[in-house]
Amino acid sequence: MRVIELTNVSYGYGDTELLSDLSLHIQPGSFHFLTGPSGSGKTTFLRLCYLDLLATAGQITVFGKQVSEMTRDEVAFTRRRIGVVHQDCQFLDHLPLSQNVTLPLEVADCADEDENLDELLTWVGLADRKSALPPQLSGGERQRAALARAIIMSPDFIIADEPTGNVDWEMSQRLLSLLIELNKMGKTILIATHDLNLIRVAKSQVAARVLRIRDKQLQLAGADL
Amino acid sequence: MDFTRWSLQAVLETRADNVVPPSGYTARLTLFTSAAMAFLAVFALALSLATGRLADHWSSELSRTATVRISAPAGQLVAQTNAALGVLQSTPGVKSARVLDEADERALLEPWFGKDLPLDSLPIPKLIEVIEDAAGIDANGLRLRLQGEAPGAIFDDHTRWRQPLVHAADRLRLLGIAAIVLITATTGAMITLAASSALAANSRVIRVLRLVGARDVYVARAFVRQFTLRAFVGAVVGVALGGLSMATLPSAGDTSGFLSGMGLQGTDWLWLLLIPLLAALVAFAATRVAAFRTLKELT
Repeated sequence: MRVIELTNVSYGYGDTELLSDLSLHIQPGSFHFLTGPSGSGKTTFLRLCYLDLLATAGQITVFGKQVSEMTRDEVAFTRRRIGVVHQDCQFLDHLPLSQNVTLPLEVADCADEDENLDELLTWVGLADRKSALPPQLSGGERQRAALARAIIMSPDFIIADEPTGNVDWEMSQRLLSLLIELNKMGKTILIATHDLNLIRVAKSQVAARVLRIRDKQLQLAGADL
Repeated sequence: MDFTRWSLQAVLETRADNVVPPSGYTARLTLFTSAAMAFLAVFALALSLATGRLADHWSSELSRTATVRISAPAGQLVAQTNAALGVLQSTPGVKSARVLDEADERALLEPWFGKDLPLDSLPIPKLIEVIEDAAGIDANGLRLRLQGEAPGAIFDDHTRWRQPLVHAADRLRLLGIAAIVLITATTGAMITLAASSALAANSRVIRVLRLVGARDVYVARAFVRQFTLRAFVGAVVGVALGGLSMATLPSAGDTSGFLSGMGLQGTDWLWLLLIPLLAALVAFAATRVAAFRTLKELT
């Protein structure tokens, strides 16, 4: 079963169309990059993928279920299978890092299953920052914490929106390595980035496809990267 | 069954408590509203219970008693009184008939004229107290017989002034109940406003929760629990203050009038226990409705 399938999808608001007639399917275990100039609609495309927006035309199917026919509860259940690293991380600032990371478990009533939290935080290099509040974290720490939260439910599909946008090159490499490692564990990865160097580095380690949004259309990018 | 489980989780579950940040403004507003409304509800409840009690009292006490008043020239007063007494004693439905003596008359007039009233020098009519049995008296028949035997005798079964009193007490009881309904509705409205405000203020929190896979029931539960507990605690405080105030009212004794009978008596106090529960129930329902409505609008 395909992780996600878009058929002639368009999205816009008012008279403005942001994305037009996109078609794509993503197979389980694949690794995709999404590129495009700033403002081209990458984040909008990702929001369509994690059901934060509804397409104004066309059809999106996630894990075999048509999004437009999902109830609000079904949307919630589907999101539990999708880990998202948001560009702005989207933390609850009044909760410590550990609780932010375990939030997906908490809302799924599986809070007792957080025994791997220490291991996970060690893996992303935040074992000693468990009690810190999000505003006390650096950009890189926030991105790694967001990644930890995205994968704590062991989702099938991981979406990252500019995960290396606010971090230095060394931290970018580290985050990329974490995502590649997850892909090798069988997770499907979709990363939006404008960092072509990052894509080049990744392509040397993993079979990644590169998608590009240009003029509201989705294209498969190739040798020009 | 699902709703019952949801309700219990909403109130008892503590784990998800801190997912929604405590908001001082709405918390204080809910506590204050609930306390104030519970305080007022104590008085409305007391009014309703007291007037109900009065209506029952007046209705049952007065419906079984009547009075025959004999106004006649001094020379005929005793004869007409005896004649009227004779008529009463042979009337079906009369359980007892007793001529009020001077001490009784003095006791009746004392509140109005004081202790040293010279009863001998005043043209005071003779009064016969009549107690009816369960079958009751045919008032019209009795009046006709009295007219024949004792022309100065007037039978008064208290209907003339009893009915307006009972009617007034019943209306007051209804007003008390209406006040309780209004207080309940106002509490619900205020808590709805506070909950909507809290939900709007936490729209970012709600968005994050939804994005990580929270169902609406999870988000609603966190808010419902907060507001239900606040309303309950506020109402407990309000009831405690209202109860203390009621306890300071004069107790109903032999000279009880309407106001001195306003206090809560005996098992009436148990009704106060219902107020915090009602407040919690109203808060629960109001927040739940507000939460689900807002969630659909926000995300």
